[in-house]
Amino acid sequence: MPRYIALKLGRAVFVVWAAFTVAFVLLFVLPADPVDLLFDPAELNSVPPEVKEQMAANYGFNEPVIVQYLDRLGHALILDFGNSVQSGQPVLRAVVDVLPSTLVLAAAALVLAVLIAFGVALAATSTRRVWLRNLIEALPSGAVSVPVFLSGILMLQVFSFRLGWFPSFGDGGFRSLVLPLITLAIPVSGPIAQLLVRNFTTELHSGYVTTSWAKGSTRAGIVIRDVFRNASLPALTIAGITFGNLIAGSVITETVFARKGIGRLTQTAINTLDVPLVAGIVVLVAATFALINLIVDLIYPVLDPRLRATLAAGGSR
Amino acid sequence: MTDTVAAATEVTSATDAQEPLLAISGLAIDYRTGRRRWNPAVRGVSLRVEPGEFVSLVGESGSGKTTLVQGALGLLPAAARIRGGSIAYSGVDVTGWNDKRMALVRGNYVGFIPQDPNTSLNPVKRIGVQVIEAVRLNRPKADYREAALESLRTAGLHDAERVFHQYPHELSGGMKQRALIAIALAGRPKIIVADEPTSALDVTVQKRILDHLVGLRAELGIGILLVTHDLGVALDRSDRILVMQRGEIVEEGPVARLSAVPTAEYTKRLLDAAPGRHTGRLAPPTAGDTPSVLTARALTKTYQLRGRQELRALDAADLVLRRGTTHAIVGESGAGKSTLAGILAGFTTADGGSVQVGGREVIGLRRKELREVRRDLQFVFQNPYTSLDPRFTVARLIAEPLHAFRVAGDRKDRVRELLAAVSLDEEFLHRLPFQLSGGQRQRVAIARALALNPEILVLDEAVSALDVSVQAQILRLLVDLQARLGLSYVFVTHDLGVVRLIADDVTVMKDGAVIETGPVERVFHSPGHDYTRQLLDSIPGVR
Repeated sequence: MPRYIALKLGRAVFVVWAAFTVAFVLLFVLPADPVDLLFDPAELNSVPPEVKEQMAANYGFNEPVIVQYLDRLGHALILDFGNSVQSGQPVLRAVVDVLPSTLVLAAAALVLAVLIAFGVALAATSTRRVWLRNLIEALPSGAVSVPVFLSGILMLQVFSFRLGWFPSFGDGGFRSLVLPLITLAIPVSGPIAQLLVRNFTTELHSGYVTTSWAKGSTRAGIVIRDVFRNASLPALTIAGITFGNLIAGSVITETVFARKGIGRLTQTAINTLDVPLVAGIVVLVAATFALINLIVDLIYPVLDPRLRATLAAGGSR
Repeated sequence: MTDTVAAATEVTSATDAQEPLLAISGLAIDYRTGRRRWNPAVRGVSLRVEPGEFVSLVGESGSGKTTLVQGALGLLPAAARIRGGSIAYSGVDVTGWNDKRMALVRGNYVGFIPQDPNTSLNPVKRIGVQVIEAVRLNRPKADYREAALESLRTAGLHDAERVFHQYPHELSGGMKQRALIAIALAGRPKIIVADEPTSALDVTVQKRILDHLVGLRAELGIGILLVTHDLGVALDRSDRILVMQRGEIVEEGPVARLSAVPTAEYTKRLLDAAPGRHTGRLAPPTAGDTPSVLTARALTKTYQLRGRQELRALDAADLVLRRGTTHAIVGESGAGKSTLAGILAGFTTADGGSVQVGGREVIGLRRKELREVRRDLQFVFQNPYTSLDPRFTVARLIAEPLHAFRVAGDRKDRVRELLAAVSLDEEFLHRLPFQLSGGQRQRVAIARALALNPEILVLDEAVSALDVSVQAQILRLLVDLQARLGLSYVFVTHDLGVVRLIADDVTVMKDGAVIETGPVERVFHSPGHDYTRQLLDSIPGVR
């Protein structure tokens, strides 16, 4: 068991480190002169060389790359990603300010997506009509194929402008969360639902279900007591990985709905070429992603006794 | 709901009357094969199980026996329908009952033991919880825990307390099947239906489980309906046997009558095919002084398990195969027989020991040299359903080794010749594996193995996945080929009945070690080891 935890923890750390390194290479090493990125392209030519020198020294760009890298890595370890070029605010501060808002959106969207997925899977398994079943099974792929910006704008049109049920933008209160939430949850629910529908069907035809029938269980009892847990286990992993999609999806959702959040922050940071901020966001988002998948990995043995047994035998997966 | 409960009580209380526990009459079940197209699977079958009676339903795959059982339990798949006939438990007609009403009959009145214990228990729940569910659904007033433990003990799990807290993956196949018997017994049913309850288990375990079922019948006075493909199993224990073929009962009668004077042609064929009923060989044994073509000495193989554990799959195993003879390797699962066969064929590398094929050392050969050895030594796999590429035609499958070894000459002629050798018509040349039956597939696999004119064939459980009558045909074919081409076989099997039919020598293995080896006659008549004796006692259909 300790070996398993160490392994998964090591993987999480590796993911964050790799994200940091890739971001460093892309943002600080590859550009011809990273100092140029610090200025507005329009004014770049009018900046005097001394100022550039000064800036390069400030940011440490005149040091050898490896020294820069280690220096930044060292600072990143104590969560110091430097200051945002635009606002002068520490990067960590800028990210932490908006992170909760995105996390709430992403977490709520994930919960909603999982609920939708289970709803679809349960509906598909409980119906005995073939045409209805086929229709329900077609829903997930439909959900994936509609792009977020399109469904977001459609929802705004209908629920906000026509019906006036929900505000079209803003961060205030629960009501403003509803539309972005649904927009974000629907495409994410697609793959989870697809996996669940398939798992439910396979599990419903497995041997232990026959045993349960023979015990005198009813269909509902079998789905709840037997199928549910076995079918949901693999979906857990997908849900964890999907969290990455959610963060990516939030860039568009938050832009469409003009919400505060990591997505908006990233978008602004990229538009204004705020390099330290982009680097900081990449690392922090990677860290959140790694953390969530670490939690999923650690929950797994709790839910599946077979995996627990393998781990107890002293091995790794 | 009240009506449902009334119906259930009706079934449970009606047992005092002298009605049969289960009476199926004229049952016909169809499968949907297309829009408004139905294919009959069960055609007008009638069947009766009296209290305290052990009835066996025997048939080969596709005979409709499983469909019949599913129909009786109300567990038919969505694509099936009952076209006619009736199912009655203790005189109460349950035909056409909905799921809710049938749920009260299942478990409560009729217990079911499924086919494969390895997949029939919920992997994420402890055994105790699963047995308790069965108690709770059928005896709401009982003390669940006590009743579950008692049920486990009745099923022959003496260490019930421990098993109660274990998960399925912590139990052996036999123990899992006992846990499933406990689940079936938990509702105190009047009748138990067992669908091939032991086909996934080793022979010695099979014998113990079946003996236990017989004991339960006497102890609890319940009726048992055993569904099996193995006539030997049915002959050993039943009061009455029904033989089913293509959806119909072709013969029914008490065991003694049926085995002595079978009336139906099909029953005679099944009786002839059952390996356990034969005492002689298909062909006379070969004289004892033939030279050896393959000699294995002190083969050892250790598998590294998860963590630091090791599994000694093979422990200093020896084997001598004489020219033109069949050497059988027998043992139960985990005995190391497949590992041994794999090493002989060069699929698995041994940790130590030597294998000599025609005086040439095989162990330690490089890939290229091993290829040359394979000309003389070919392999036939256990499962003809997975060992043939589904996209290759029969002609291409058989020609594959010819292409691989760049054999000169007319390949088409050679393929036809090989097809004829395994008694298949030329019309099979362009078929794909899915258009073939299990027996036909195995014939194709044998033809493929013979393509390079090898001297030795290693057959790993080559007939185990086949129905008995098909199995008998393949064995016949193997014996004929041996006589005609002078082949030598290494024949891996778990079935001692088959060994007696075709082998000259036999090696008995257990836990990776050779327990006993020698001519079949000697080993079978005066086994030198307790384990061999135990295996011999477990062969169904010899009592």
